[in-house]
Amino acid sequence: MIYISKIIIPLITIIVIVYALIKKVNIYDEFLEGVKEGLHLSLEIFPSMFAMIISVTVLVKSNFIDDLTSLININLFPKEILPIAILRPISSSSSVMILNTILNTYGPDSLIGKIASIITGSTDTTIYIIGMYYSSIKIKYIRHSLLIGLLADLSCIIISIIVTNIL
Amino acid sequence: MINYLFASFFIIGIIYSLLTNNLAISSEMLSSAKSGLDLMFSIIPIICLWLGIMNIAKKSGLLDKVAKLLTPILIVIFPEIPKNSPCFTYIGTNIVLNMLGVGSAATPFGLKAIKEMQKLNKQKDTATRSMITFLVMNTASVTIMPTTIISLRIMYHSISPESIIPYIIITSTLSCLIGLIIDRLFYVVKKV
Repeated sequence: MIYISKIIIPLITIIVIVYALIKKVNIYDEFLEGVKEGLHLSLEIFPSMFAMIISVTVLVKSNFIDDLTSLININLFPKEILPIAILRPISSSSSVMILNTILNTYGPDSLIGKIASIITGSTDTTIYIIGMYYSSIKIKYIRHSLLIGLLADLSCIIISIIVTNIL
Repeated sequence: MINYLFASFFIIGIIYSLLTNNLAISSEMLSSAKSGLDLMFSIIPIICLWLGIMNIAKKSGLLDKVAKLLTPILIVIFPEIPKNSPCFTYIGTNIVLNMLGVGSAATPFGLKAIKEMQKLNKQKDTATRSMITFLVMNTASVTIMPTTIISLRIMYHSISPESIIPYIIITSTLSCLIGLIIDRLFYVVKKV
């Protein structure tokens, strides 16, 4: 399993390049085109990410979430991951920021680091995505969209804890 | 939404710091600006690399092919959409890109897909069944290549940064399935 995950990036790369060679695609130019797009995209997301990083730092360094989560006493899972579980559906950049702090504090190979990585990698910003997609087509009544999205997020958190404990 | 979030983080953070007499918050704010920039610089190269490779896959038609493989499954998941709708290619590409961890590149296709769904919608201000299903698949998307997470793990010197991939594949697949099952249950219960 670990071997597969080690070779998956180079494997996808080689498949993409060989297939494109057969199809006579101008690989170099297309790659550059993609890189350009990547730079644009990075610049586009930079302001919102930067804003989120600062605001999240203020919240995290004020110890508000820490103090709040220490009041909640659950022994089922490490409570260090609670902030990420709460913030993940709301904001991508702020949950990545918290993951950043967790990896820095506990190390990426610790149990907490692993669970936090899995939660961040497996779910998406439910509230933000629902807001963005529906506002793009002017939908007002979203029915049970949010409920299902958040239930799926909750199941993801539970599964990530089970999976790290079993495997 | 994000607006209120941004404001409340600042308000809660600053007021709580002042109440608990935590004056280090001032210097933390300034140093966070620098760490924000550092974080961006570590993520930009990965976005560029991946979008470069994805662009080759898009131009060679490989991406389209993979998306077409998904169509038979998508027809079952979205019974309301007519079989020959261009919607399926958009949804397929969106899902594939989400799987590969380039959610931002997936968004344009997702927006196209939901626009097609809106054309089929009879009540223009209310979400349809397919829209709800599509958003569940997007928010709880199956992920096989979590690029951001791996790059962060590399940054913090993980022994094996990619060891997280199998866990993420299992977790995201199961949670996506659970999301789809709950979504289905809503309609089954309604019919009974």
